[in-house]
Amino acid sequence: MKTESRLEKVLAAGHLAVTSEVGPPRGCGIEIVEKKANLIKDYVDGINITDNQTAMVRMSSIAGGVIVKQMGLDPIIQMVARDRNRLAMQADIIGAYSLGINTMLCLSGDHPKFGDHPNAKGVYDIDSINMINMVKNMRDEGIFQGGAEIKNPPKMFIGAAANPFADPFELRVARLAKKVAAGVDFVQTQCIFNLEKFETWMAGVVDRGLHEKVSVLAGITPMKSVGMARYMKNKVPGMDVPDEVIKRLEGVSKEKQPEEGIKMAIEQIQRLKECKGVAGFHIMAIEWEERVHEIVEGAGLYPRPEV
Amino acid sequence: MITAEQKPLQEIIGYIAPYGKILVVGCNECVTVCAAGGRKEVGLLASAIHLDRLKQGKTIDIKEITLERQCDPEYVEELVSSVGEVDAIVSMACGCGVQTIASRYKVPVFPAVNTKFMGASKSQGIWEERCQGCGDCMLGITGGICPVARCSKSLLNGPCGGTSDGQCEISPDTPCAWRLIWERLVELGIEDRYEELNMAKDWRPAGGAGPRRIIREDLA
Repeated sequence: MKTESRLEKVLAAGHLAVTSEVGPPRGCGIEIVEKKANLIKDYVDGINITDNQTAMVRMSSIAGGVIVKQMGLDPIIQMVARDRNRLAMQADIIGAYSLGINTMLCLSGDHPKFGDHPNAKGVYDIDSINMINMVKNMRDEGIFQGGAEIKNPPKMFIGAAANPFADPFELRVARLAKKVAAGVDFVQTQCIFNLEKFETWMAGVVDRGLHEKVSVLAGITPMKSVGMARYMKNKVPGMDVPDEVIKRLEGVSKEKQPEEGIKMAIEQIQRLKECKGVAGFHIMAIEWEERVHEIVEGAGLYPRPEV
Repeated sequence: MITAEQKPLQEIIGYIAPYGKILVVGCNECVTVCAAGGRKEVGLLASAIHLDRLKQGKTIDIKEITLERQCDPEYVEELVSSVGEVDAIVSMACGCGVQTIASRYKVPVFPAVNTKFMGASKSQGIWEERCQGCGDCMLGITGGICPVARCSKSLLNGPCGGTSDGQCEISPDTPCAWRLIWERLVELGIEDRYEELNMAKDWRPAGGAGPRRIIREDLA
């Protein structure tokens, strides 16, 4: 084992892993983090804590992660290249690890333009691939990005994102290969609605043997309504929502659309369990944490393994 | 070249409000090409300032000069006889020109343009950013398309997950630089080079080590 990460242990034991996420509040509400984490804690192996998602200021992912850790759970802190240079990143990684956090996700981050501080300067000192490489070298070589030795280096299990749906599609397997070369341990994918396209990408991943070097957790997002499906199709960059998804939700009454959305998510997991190379699932139930357990149970992924 | 756009007229007028005699100085280089601060724009700005003063029932003396190159002390020296007769200077050059004048003369100097970026002309009247002067050119490995200047996040190893229809997540009018790089590498038959890792950038040559300077011993 490279780390003490529960997620690493679950994956190493050959189980299909399940992760989900908690978006911290836009204020000082510890109880909000606790409430959301409590809703999903028995159904996941790790809980992502988002980092100023959509470029909106929130409680920091590390603070959120510490709250979750103090509940005896397993936070996966997200870190975006948008908000920190390499000094701040490494300081925060050491700090997070010192407070008991052992799993993290290295991301570029949404552009500041999308958030509530569009006048901010994005940092982007290093990109997500170099962040992965930096965290790996901190762990495996015990060195800072600048080359100096670290006393008591942090041992993070290293995650990243993968979006098989953003253009150009032909490059997306190669992009994962670069993350593998940089030292990533697991990836969580963008929300999958176009299963055929995901399976094509995954076939390319397996073809190159990348699935043996990185654990791919398939991103699952249940649709709450047809309105949400249309919004994601038209407004969210890099999202691929096929017309069939919208048609299926249109086919049921408004009251029944949430049930249909949950059912679709379960069906997607059932299908992707059979997809070679899929090592688990990352369930992004956006402000819908209370339904995560239904998806996990419905997909036959409950109970979670003891490791 | 360096591109620029004229400031809002009211901002310029605000700067020179206390003064009765001004010198408007244009530049024959980049700002002439991008129609922001050449001889023609100097004339237009002087007319607009005159008109504004007339509306207020006041007058102003305006002298107009356009230098060959405002970022060069040799040409800025040409202002020496005119400067003594004015209360203030309005420079229509880029920020380099404004500062070259300010460092030479003890007269207030005000910028009349906003210096924008190092760009190239895409078509008549359209300029786009192409270079951020990072001091360590990587165009040789990115198919002649710069990810530092043209990727909204200056990513060095490929596109983020926000590309939609080949365009950047920030705007449907902005092509994803890494999509362009990938297409170019494919066109050249060298797409396997995409997988070479570009390590974290040293930002010192880009300005991270403080203001930059070139010293050519053979010329200095």
